[in-house]
Amino acid sequence: MPIQLNNVSFTYSPGTPFERHALRGINLSIADGEFIGIIGQTGSGKSTLVQLLNGLIKPTQGTVRVGDVTTTDKGVRLRPLRQMVGLVFQFAEHQLFAETVAADIAFGPLNLGLDPSEIAARVDEAMLTVGLPLEMKERSPFELSGGQMRRVAIAGVLAMRPQVLILDEPTAGLDPRGRDEILTRIGALHRERGITVILVSHSMEDIARLVSRIVVIHEGEVLHDGPPREVFCSAESLSGIGLGVPQATEILRRLRLAGWNVPAVALTLAEAHGFIVEAWRERSGEA
Amino acid sequence: MSMLQNVTLGQYFPGTSVVHRLDPRTKLGLALAYIIVLFIARTGLSYSVLALASAGIVLLSEVPIKLVLRGLRPILMILSLTVVLHVFTSREGVELVSFWFIRIYSGGVIQGFMLAFRLVLLVLSTSILTLTTSPIALTDAIELALRPLRRFGVPAHELAMMMTIALRFIPTLLEEAEKIMKAQLARGADFESGGLLKRAKSLLPLLIPLFISAFRRADELAMAMEARCYRGGEGRTKYKVLAYSRLDLYAAMCFTAVGVVALAL
Ligand SMILES: Nc1ncnc2c1ncn2[C@@H]1O[C@H](COP(=O)(O)OP(=O)(O)OP(=O)(O)O)[C@@H](O)[C@H]1O
Ligand SMILES: [Mg+2]
Repeated sequence: MPIQLNNVSFTYSPGTPFERHALRGINLSIADGEFIGIIGQTGSGKSTLVQLLNGLIKPTQGTVRVGDVTTTDKGVRLRPLRQMVGLVFQFAEHQLFAETVAADIAFGPLNLGLDPSEIAARVDEAMLTVGLPLEMKERSPFELSGGQMRRVAIAGVLAMRPQVLILDEPTAGLDPRGRDEILTRIGALHRERGITVILVSHSMEDIARLVSRIVVIHEGEVLHDGPPREVFCSAESLSGIGLGVPQATEILRRLRLAGWNVPAVALTLAEAHGFIVEAWRERSGEA
Repeated sequence: MSMLQNVTLGQYFPGTSVVHRLDPRTKLGLALAYIIVLFIARTGLSYSVLALASAGIVLLSEVPIKLVLRGLRPILMILSLTVVLHVFTSREGVELVSFWFIRIYSGGVIQGFMLAFRLVLLVLSTSILTLTTSPIALTDAIELALRPLRRFGVPAHELAMMMTIALRFIPTLLEEAEKIMKAQLARGADFESGGLLKRAKSLLPLLIPLFISAFRRADELAMAMEARCYRGGEGRTKYKVLAYSRLDLYAAMCFTAVGVVALAL
């Protein structure tokens, strides 16, 4: 399912006083099996961008191609597309509706017209993937904690077995442990299944260590697009738009400003630690 | 794919024109007065004067004509029905057409079009009111207009507060509905095909989360209002105090002149 965005613009309520250009001239191509982080400030257009990818909204200008489907084509069938491109919405727990956790997760597969035994198997699998104990199946989703509800919602999309998984701020509002666990599970999912994963976030910290490519959106345009190490080299431009770089990179940046001979970018604190120790040794060796 | 985008309520068109700047009470009062004059007026000349006045107000309001005329769309059926019924059933005036079983008299044609015209003017005047007055300002004006009725037990403040809250939350809930709808569509939901029963059932995944969120919001709002010591309308002051300006005086004068002329003709 390679994805190709060609000069895509999107405007909300065009031609009215409430007109809002959410995206302008986006060019982006996403290959199979990539793990991409989309990052940008509040209101930069991230959620709008990901909704274009499964045909929930259609570009005002330009084209979005997913596999061999162009979403703006006449008579295009969007339901198969939505099965292949699974989208977990921001605050996905607000979409839960069924009486039991299992029934809610089964909603997607049911809409695909699968048979009951297959659906049951997928529900179990999806619950295990997101780390929900199977005993919870018969519980009402509304009795769960926010973090558990979020997992149910993610499982609901996973149960459709999408080839491209998009998660819009899956960790917003979770405590640090819940956040780390969900991110770790998403990372494992990507490794084990080889599916394309697109992770939307406004925190560099979250995605730095996971993704292989970062797309920075600013005011509806692509500002940077590349591997994390490359993108984090532009610390100035990133902090200019209020995003900043991961702590680890920030420490190195300040050390360099203070005249230390360390590399410019580290993705994790452990990596930064290694660099600093090395630089320290070098310095004491000289002295 | 703008699913709920076209549902607008109150259809307010923000602006800074003279008409926008009038006090909402003035606008409410003048719109009412206009409607009364419209129903008293009898002659074609009176209607022409009133129509001219309407046209003038539309121009002054700087609201796109297209938007103003859009308000007429829902009553198109009623309009055509009015005209057709009058044209074919009235037996007044001179016979114009006599063909097979169809007889058309001049009286019917005139009456039909006059009535339709009156309806158009009626809808236009209320459209202009809602197009140029924000719903919140309008509720304020209604509260003040209802205030004298308090001694008869009309809960003016509470009614207005309910309207304000409803108006405030309609866009929010619409937005929420759109979000939930998209989320379910992303899970392969189908809101459009199937029989009545199937379609009604397919709305459950939309309605249940929507109600839950509405109740949650109501709860939070009640809490927030209480936390800020809301205790009803008694002795409550306003942040935006409505004040008449010279503009309102001019508007009232102009309107009186139009009304007098319309009724005298
Ligand atoms: N349904 C809508 N109608 C009108 N404008 C909208 C709508 N949804 C988003 N917008 C506007 O489009 C712009 C981009 O919004 P979007 O939701 O894509 O941002 P985002 O990057 O996801 O932000 P956040 O981090 O807050 O989720 C914003 O300016 C927003 O106000
Ligand atoms: Mg968003």
